[in-house]
Amino acid sequence: MTDEPVISEELQNMLNVDFGPDVYDIEKGMVIKFAEAVDDPNPAWQEAAPPTFPAALVPTKLLHRLFNAQTPLKRLLNGASELEYLQPIKVGDIISVTGRLTRLRQVEGKEGPSLFMFTEVAYTNQRDEVAVKGKNTYIKY
Amino acid sequence: MTEQVYYEDIEAGSEIPVLVKYPTTMQLVKYAGASGDYYQIHYDKDFALANGLPGVIVHGWLALSFLGQMITDWLGEGGTLVKLNGSYRGMNPVHEDIICNGKVTKKYVEDGKNCARVEIWAENPQGEKTVTGSAVVTLPSRE
Repeated sequence: MTDEPVISEELQNMLNVDFGPDVYDIEKGMVIKFAEAVDDPNPAWQEAAPPTFPAALVPTKLLHRLFNAQTPLKRLLNGASELEYLQPIKVGDIISVTGRLTRLRQVEGKEGPSLFMFTEVAYTNQRDEVAVKGKNTYIKY
Repeated sequence: MTEQVYYEDIEAGSEIPVLVKYPTTMQLVKYAGASGDYYQIHYDKDFALANGLPGVIVHGWLALSFLGQMITDWLGEGGTLVKLNGSYRGMNPVHEDIICNGKVTKKYVEDGKNCARVEIWAENPQGEKTVTGSAVVTLPSRE
């Protein structure tokens, strides 16, 4: 390992800054393709989004910055995901996705340090209602 | 689809019907395309091995999707999923069963709604938990 800090200034400066929105038109084909990919044949997923569909509404503006931010740790894993459903996401909706980095935690392990990056994402529909609140933890190691 | 489950039918300890999935490399490619998650550890074996992994691994979100399906299959048309979460504790390789389980831990009425909290987990064929989490749901009443 070098002396380069795991939590760089670049990462620190990202904390609690909103990135986005990334705007998604919820097209029927997109929802059906997602349901097929997760192998969930429930007929409800022709018009409404299946539970983990927000995973496809990527907060790219946040994640591009987060995954490319300076740190000596290069490998990445998904640590945890959480979704809270306030309004259904349906075909025809327009969802604006905004994400932020809320916390950074360095953990010392047997194989060296790892970095837990905690994020929160809001999925807001065209009526300006927050449809889904998401949290995700990414691990660099 | 099975028969509608009602709030009166469940109690703490009630088990959710098990759902077993068998993800293949093709499914991971389909999931990558549908979700936009093109991280190579999920479909490029050489890349996965170079990253110290035993081979390509199932997306955490895909394993959580299986748990989500287990819950929504159980809820039927009358129930709603309010919250879903999962921690990815172990890696699921492809071409191996992912066994999804759930158990009601609590039922309660909140804001006039019949709610239940469900502990959920995914196991590999060795019985190791690879995803652990919980769901909050509402159920219809027979009354």
